[in-house]
Amino acid sequence: MTDNPSGNTSREGELAGLRLVPKTDTTYKMKDFKSDQEVRWCPGCGDYAILAAFQSFLPQLGVPRENIVMVSGIGCSSRFPYYLSTYGVHSIHGRAPAIATGLAASRPDLSVWVITGDGDGLSIGGNHLIHALRRNVNVNILLFNNRIYGLTKGQYSPTSEPGKITKSSPLGSLDQPFNPVSLALGAEAGFVARTVDSDRKHLTSVLRAAADHPGASFVEIYQNCPIFNDDAFEPLKDPSSRDLRLLRMEQGEPLRLGPDRGVIAGEFGGLEVVDVDEVGEDRLIRHDAHREDPGYAFALSRLDRPAFEHVPVGVFRDVRRPTYDDLLNEQIEDARAERGDGELAALLAGGDTWTVE
Amino acid sequence: MAKQIEQLDRVVIRFAGDSGDGMQLTGDRFTQETASFGNDLSTLPNFPAEIRAPAGTLPGVSSFQLHFADHDIVTPGDAPDVLVAMNPAALKANLGDLPRGATIIVNTDEFTKRSLAKVGYTADPLTDGSLDGYKVSAVGLTSMTVAALADSDLSKKDAQRAKNMFALGLLSWMYNRPTEGTISFLKSKFAGKPDILSANLTAFQAGWNFGETTEDFAVSYEIKPARLSAGTYRNITGNLATAYGLIAGSRQSGLPLFLGSYPITPASDILHELSRHKRFGVRTFQAEDEIAGVGAALGASFGGSLGVTTTSGPGMVLKQETVGLAVMTELPLVIIDVQRAGPSTGMPTKTEQTDLLMALYGRNGESPLPVVAPASPSDCFDVALEATRLAVKYRTPVVMLSDGYLANGSEPWRLPEVSELPVIEPDFATEPNGPDGSYLPYLRDERTLARPWAVPGTPGLEHRLGGIEKHAQSGDISYTPGNHDLMVRTRQAKIDAIAQDLPELEVSDPSGEARVLVLGWGGTYGSITAAVRRVRRAGGRVAQAHLRHLNPFPVNLGEVLRSYDRVVVPEINLGQLALLLRGRFLVDVIGYNKVRGLPFKAEELAGVLQEVIDRD
Repeated sequence: MTDNPSGNTSREGELAGLRLVPKTDTTYKMKDFKSDQEVRWCPGCGDYAILAAFQSFLPQLGVPRENIVMVSGIGCSSRFPYYLSTYGVHSIHGRAPAIATGLAASRPDLSVWVITGDGDGLSIGGNHLIHALRRNVNVNILLFNNRIYGLTKGQYSPTSEPGKITKSSPLGSLDQPFNPVSLALGAEAGFVARTVDSDRKHLTSVLRAAADHPGASFVEIYQNCPIFNDDAFEPLKDPSSRDLRLLRMEQGEPLRLGPDRGVIAGEFGGLEVVDVDEVGEDRLIRHDAHREDPGYAFALSRLDRPAFEHVPVGVFRDVRRPTYDDLLNEQIEDARAERGDGELAALLAGGDTWTVE
Repeated sequence: MAKQIEQLDRVVIRFAGDSGDGMQLTGDRFTQETASFGNDLSTLPNFPAEIRAPAGTLPGVSSFQLHFADHDIVTPGDAPDVLVAMNPAALKANLGDLPRGATIIVNTDEFTKRSLAKVGYTADPLTDGSLDGYKVSAVGLTSMTVAALADSDLSKKDAQRAKNMFALGLLSWMYNRPTEGTISFLKSKFAGKPDILSANLTAFQAGWNFGETTEDFAVSYEIKPARLSAGTYRNITGNLATAYGLIAGSRQSGLPLFLGSYPITPASDILHELSRHKRFGVRTFQAEDEIAGVGAALGASFGGSLGVTTTSGPGMVLKQETVGLAVMTELPLVIIDVQRAGPSTGMPTKTEQTDLLMALYGRNGESPLPVVAPASPSDCFDVALEATRLAVKYRTPVVMLSDGYLANGSEPWRLPEVSELPVIEPDFATEPNGPDGSYLPYLRDERTLARPWAVPGTPGLEHRLGGIEKHAQSGDISYTPGNHDLMVRTRQAKIDAIAQDLPELEVSDPSGEARVLVLGWGGTYGSITAAVRRVRRAGGRVAQAHLRHLNPFPVNLGEVLRSYDRVVVPEINLGQLALLLRGRFLVDVIGYNKVRGLPFKAEELAGVLQEVIDRD
């Protein structure tokens, strides 16, 4: 349990992010969250694994199916809502965070999830994403990052590596990519995490932590596109190399990378990956996602370079502050408590009036 | 010695000065005094977009025009009878609008060599004879204000700032205005600043006393209260009336109001106003941009709120993508576009009617929606409520086209009886409507063609909406050619059928023999009505009709158009309604179009109407 400035308290086993959502006694199964729609992603797409993990995770929320809403933008990942039996909106390119903001701010009794991708969330919708994060609206934003444009058939995306050869960059992309985790931290996000499509256990644990967080939570999910960017994350998936490259962050545990390496404080507030034997176990940093100052989480996010040498996964930051929707609804409650519910006739006659007989 | 009091039936006064001179406040206070006295009135604020343009320059001039009368009036007046000019720039910028013989009250203290040179006067117009055709009252407004405040602790600079209150006091005396309202207004405005309050009250009183004692003003004027129909009145601007209409729409439908908006001139005051009314359950969300404003509103609508967004032309452009999604998802959404001069940034503080075609056709695909337009500042209340009614009943986005003139202009408003306002039934879906307990989100009401509206939290009705074409009943994604054709036609038919739910277009033709019809829409109602009155007073016969509903049109519009030999359509654009009428009804309407950023002048329009009447 962390310090909780919003005053939210959660009962045993209850997720704090769902504090205002009704509970259910219904025991859902994974199949209860499958819609009747045929899933139409390409064979081998990482989205299948994420969908399956998500469908099997939803019963854990313990809330009625009708109080869950999926909001997406445009792109391959944004078809997600159609495949779930909850309420859903498949909206417009990049605008899902804006639409979800209005929904969540006016309906605190809903569990609202935004499904977006690297193009949808970071390119055309970058502005909405950063503002939703800083406002801390109670939504969970899942960004499927496959580092390519899939639905438009293979152009480079804002997370593609520089020099990437695609249909729209035959001589190589000139763009410096975003690091989505660094971006979210810079946008004042209170909850930022990263996981991988193929690791269902890790993915599920991160989803649960995101749902537990009151306010905006941001989860980057590395996702494979077998058609236009196959094996983009292979070094993190290959059983022979993944344990040496994945830095699994666990709250309170030393940051270790495989059997030999670990993370220590470096110069200028940065972090360094070193051989544990050279520095000693004691110098390893114990992970603390609850640090108020985002500097540490940001330094963690920068460890992903050089590419795939050491990639942190898990929760970078989990710091609670009052949510936008709580504050907005409090203002209404306070105004009503102070001066009563508004009365229309009195409002209309509220200026300087005069009467004509 | 008691001064002479002269009776007048109407006066047009224009206060003009630097943007920093407080002319809007002065005009507003004089308006409130006039409203509480019981005159009919109409106002036209006119100010630069710059918050403080360089002092003493022509672009920095801000003015406020007020027309008040002992009878029913409909415009702020073509030309001022009285100009209050606080400096040479204000005189130069406004002189061209004055008829010969008009009264000019100038603040002589500002007529220095430097100020004159700044606006290109090579000689002082107060002495060079160029104002001989006018009744000029040269008054040292600044110096007299400073003298009146000699005993205060204020610096000279602060004392000078009260000169607008001196001018207001003088004009209040000239027109025998009640002053209690202004005094209590100042007391509340400067409650925490006793020095400033005392200075303003003193300057206001000094201005009044100056009028009463000086020999420069021999006469004061009286304009008797107007004989308006019985009821309780208040003065109201279009933006305030719009905000109230939206709150009324929320109350009458039982839907909590959610406003997603981004500040933009001249619509921001609606956001400001609604943000004050939390007690009504109003949620206001100042978004990161226009797109997010309307996006959040649509998200709230999906959740069962009354989603509203407010904007002006440049913002409307950005919102169209989401408005298209609202057309496709068939969710209620109210979009208020307070039109301003365009294209692009255009002239933010000036009025225009140039967004009609954008509202109707500015989206991709066949994307029909209802469009409504208020005719006067107070009509914004009724039309905002009507927009809400249509949006909720027909599950559709509705665009209300206000404009900069209506937004900032004001007039007396007879308060409606709340019990007589229409009740709007949201009629949420709560039960499955398909086979085997399924829910078909696009299974329509046979009469209205509206689809059911099931909000999240309703068990058993979970469904997915989106921008992709959907099956005509289930709402599932569908690319079937025939289904798309059906859905395009059904969406159109739903909007077209709203015409059955609208009152027929009323035509005013007292003679019953008019052969010429003048047809307008939106904010030109006042100018057109004043022009029609002029023509009729001079013996001309002209019929008048005004459209509140621009889409769909009233069912009898075609018949009305074909009943006249000629139809004149004045618009502050290059003929957008005219284009629609010609296309729809094959009637060769005669457009009259000016896009100066200002309302039409009644005299000019009357001339146009008379010219058409005289054709043969």
